[in-house]
Amino acid sequence: MKNKKRWIALGLVAAMAVGTLAGCGGKKEEGGDGEATGSVYYLNFKPEQDEQWQELAKAYTEETGVKVEVVTAASGEYETTLMSEMGKSGAPTLFQVNGPVGLANWKDYCYDLSDSDVYKQLTSEDYALKDGDKVAGIAYVIESYGLIVNKTLLAKAGYTIDDIQSFADLKKVAEDITARSSELGFAAFTSAGMDGSSDWRFKTHLANLPIYFEYQEDGIGTTDAIKGTYLDNYRNIWDLYINNSTCAPAELAAKTGDDSRNEFLAGQAVFFQNGSWEYGNLTADGTFTDDDLAMIPIYIGAGDEANQGLCTGTENYWCVNSEADEADIQATLDFMNWCVTSEKGTKAMGEDMGFVIPFKNAVESQNLFVKQDKEMTEAGKTPVSWNFPTMPSEEWKNGVGQALTAYAADQTDEQWAGVVSAFVDGWKTEYELANQQ
Amino acid sequence: MEKALKRYAPIFILPTFLAFVIGFIVPFIEGLYLSFCKFTTVDNATWVGLTNYIAAIKDTSFTDSFKFSVMFSVVSILTINVLAFGLALLLTQNLRGTNIFRTVFFMPNLIGGIVLGYIWQILINCVLSLTAQPLLALNSKAGYWGMIILMCWQQIGYMMIIYIAGLQNVPDSLIEAAKIDGATNLQTLIKIKVPMVMSSITICVFLTLTNSFKLFDQNLALTGGDPNHTTEMLALNIYQTFYARSGMQWKGYGQAKAVIFCLIVIVISFAQLRATRSKEVQQ
Amino acid sequence: MDKKRKPGSMIWTIILGIASVLWIYPVVMILLNSLKKESAISTAAAFKLPTADSFTGIANYIDAIASKGFLSSLGFSTFITITSVTAILICCSMCAWYITRVKGVISQVLYYLFVFSMVVPFQMVMFTLSQTADKLKLNTPWNIWIIYLGFGAGLAVFMFCGFVKSIPIEVEEAAMIDGCNPLQTFFLIDVHILKPTMISVGILEAMWVWNDYLLPTLVLDIKKYKTIPMLIQYFRGSYGKVEMGPMMASIMLTVIPIIIVYLAGQKYIIKGVAAGAVKG
Repeated sequence: MKNKKRWIALGLVAAMAVGTLAGCGGKKEEGGDGEATGSVYYLNFKPEQDEQWQELAKAYTEETGVKVEVVTAASGEYETTLMSEMGKSGAPTLFQVNGPVGLANWKDYCYDLSDSDVYKQLTSEDYALKDGDKVAGIAYVIESYGLIVNKTLLAKAGYTIDDIQSFADLKKVAEDITARSSELGFAAFTSAGMDGSSDWRFKTHLANLPIYFEYQEDGIGTTDAIKGTYLDNYRNIWDLYINNSTCAPAELAAKTGDDSRNEFLAGQAVFFQNGSWEYGNLTADGTFTDDDLAMIPIYIGAGDEANQGLCTGTENYWCVNSEADEADIQATLDFMNWCVTSEKGTKAMGEDMGFVIPFKNAVESQNLFVKQDKEMTEAGKTPVSWNFPTMPSEEWKNGVGQALTAYAADQTDEQWAGVVSAFVDGWKTEYELANQQ
Repeated sequence: MEKALKRYAPIFILPTFLAFVIGFIVPFIEGLYLSFCKFTTVDNATWVGLTNYIAAIKDTSFTDSFKFSVMFSVVSILTINVLAFGLALLLTQNLRGTNIFRTVFFMPNLIGGIVLGYIWQILINCVLSLTAQPLLALNSKAGYWGMIILMCWQQIGYMMIIYIAGLQNVPDSLIEAAKIDGATNLQTLIKIKVPMVMSSITICVFLTLTNSFKLFDQNLALTGGDPNHTTEMLALNIYQTFYARSGMQWKGYGQAKAVIFCLIVIVISFAQLRATRSKEVQQ
Repeated sequence: MDKKRKPGSMIWTIILGIASVLWIYPVVMILLNSLKKESAISTAAAFKLPTADSFTGIANYIDAIASKGFLSSLGFSTFITITSVTAILICCSMCAWYITRVKGVISQVLYYLFVFSMVVPFQMVMFTLSQTADKLKLNTPWNIWIIYLGFGAGLAVFMFCGFVKSIPIEVEEAAMIDGCNPLQTFFLIDVHILKPTMISVGILEAMWVWNDYLLPTLVLDIKKYKTIPMLIQYFRGSYGKVEMGPMMASIMLTVIPIIIVYLAGQKYIIKGVAAGAVKG
């Protein structure tokens, strides 16, 4: 009897242990397979392309037998997801950083890609993200943004896009439309959407312009303290946006990015600041065709406006986790190379995902805005580069966004001083915070 | 009997104890240790002494979130308990439809924090939009009251049930005796009912206090701390420090904040426990 | 006493009736919006009823179920909840019985450790717990119940201890004299007496596990498994575009089973909550 009890006790403990080990065993088997061929775990940044990546991964597995797992982080949670996943065993082998600032945090995890095949496929050195001599990241998508124009409406107001060649022109057209808005039945700009759904259009993308021109003037590519030379221009364009919008400036904060898009789709506004990634959303249900739309540069009255192009660049760099197993790293490199060289891969990235990829075998994009960017560059215009990856942190962007919203509701010099302070002082504080050791 | 039982100790205790070691004791001790370290995983920690604690206390977002938590807790404890007690009084009056009302008021309590947060986000944003005010993500005042409304919606039903149970334990004879003595309704309420359900009140205050102080899911889903961390409560602030800020040092700060947070919650709980004990003695 | 309805009670019934309608309105609003077309769901129009134009029937529901693995998440959530609650009920009641019946240093220490763990906020251990779970491979729905048992033990043991104390020890001693061993005594006698407590603890723990967001997010292997709350969080969508339709549909799909379970078992749930709270 006594023995029996002991056995039962042992049995229960054993059951627990098996529960624990079963997990262990299951995992090891997978790991065992992995050691032979390696496997890929891609933590994807763009939720809108999740489905396409899943399909592409499946196609790759069917073709080569290598297991590829794609996980997409929920919007706005890439950094948190990456942070928690990197701490685990079976961490992502392929992840992404947004540029030099992102790289600073993850450089210890970045495998040197300088000998990889995928690096050699890049059309230009500019698309590699370097950490000293090490190639830490490779851009995999190039995007453009500017002012998306509803040409049909613009024509109704009596203008064409050729009439807009500078900030002064843009101001004239926009203010004229506002003056006649009740007669025309539409406004110049869509409402803003200053909550998380689209505040990046202003605190990040629009803020890129004053930063770009300051960098140009000083001949630098990044800085630990921004001077804010062109902040007056930033104020002018922001004034123009908010005072010629579909709603009163004070009401801007009550709108979301979706509202803004729906206004544009419904023909309530002529201009919509956004990027080439919106092409799909605007043309999906046939509301617009290529003849209705155009993208023009965002003029802020700085630099050489006659030769200003769209804002074109990337904040999406692939990095390979250097702490992963040899075999997994190799499998990841093979997968990346396959994506950008094989017919299936390039087609999926170029057509299904609608990316412009900076690799030699890229397929021609069907995206109107991308084509326009190419035409403008060919016509000798200089694209505005993306400098927002050098912004010191998300905190900084949030601070600027906050101040912009406060200013929109109350357009006084004091409120604008808040924007300047968030921009200039905030940069310094956040830069120091981000770079302290 | 104890002797016989002792031989069975492994069966009775070990499963829970092992899981407890894995799920609590080890992480807790490691967490305590890591709060003095710089680390990205448990294995690469290096000792840095009190640096993390100093950084945590200096971090204004942390102290602000503490203030916000306190402000939130005080108001939500008051509103939830007053409303719940009022409802409980009404629902013990033998009104028509009492069962239906009880069922309806309790229902939101079963819905998870994330879902609750999104339901109210949609609703509140609509109201704000119709009245041309800044949306939740840009409006810290709306965020604050939104969270209070949300918490009321979720917790009133639960607290109401506890108060009903308490009120039903008040002997009818006492109330009748009071009535015969000519006590008004208000007097019976203050002189008899409230003292008799004092233990329910302590429980409810304690529950609402810890619930509000530890609030996370609802905070994350409804406002996410926006605008600019002004509606961020302690738990969310710690999470954001841990996972949303990149850079090695932040994890240590986060862990130090978590230890401080833990201490605060422990102090509150023990104060509450003592209060409860002393009340029980009086009865 | 003859409980007569007081005069004026009708007014209160009406007031409470209105309050009840308001109380369930948020859920009804989500239901109505989940039946609208994506383009008709805007911030300002959430209060509007669906019209013939904007009505899409159950299209959003089909979308929600089909596109993001809703069904597998539902399965994982259900499985995790059932295994965790079962484990907590069996293991913790046994443990609580032992530490109440066997007095000694070990029992004392354990009891206070459990009570202590009840108070500690999850943020204190979130990082280290996810690392421990990862090392021990407790990161699948099949064995995450061990984590829940460990982290949830505090409340359960505490509540069970309170109730075991009220069981007369004579009953157990009688059983032992009749030749039952402690295991038999516990399962034949005490479990029976503890049944109402089991239900309250079970309900409280089930509510916690089912709705838990942060623990599974940090612990589970997100490559393969998502629970329902994780899925809802995920629906917030992408660069600027929130898929409101499917999101509301999935909210409804999560809420409806809860409401059904609640309506079916509300007697137990409400009693359980009341009993649990009074003792706790």
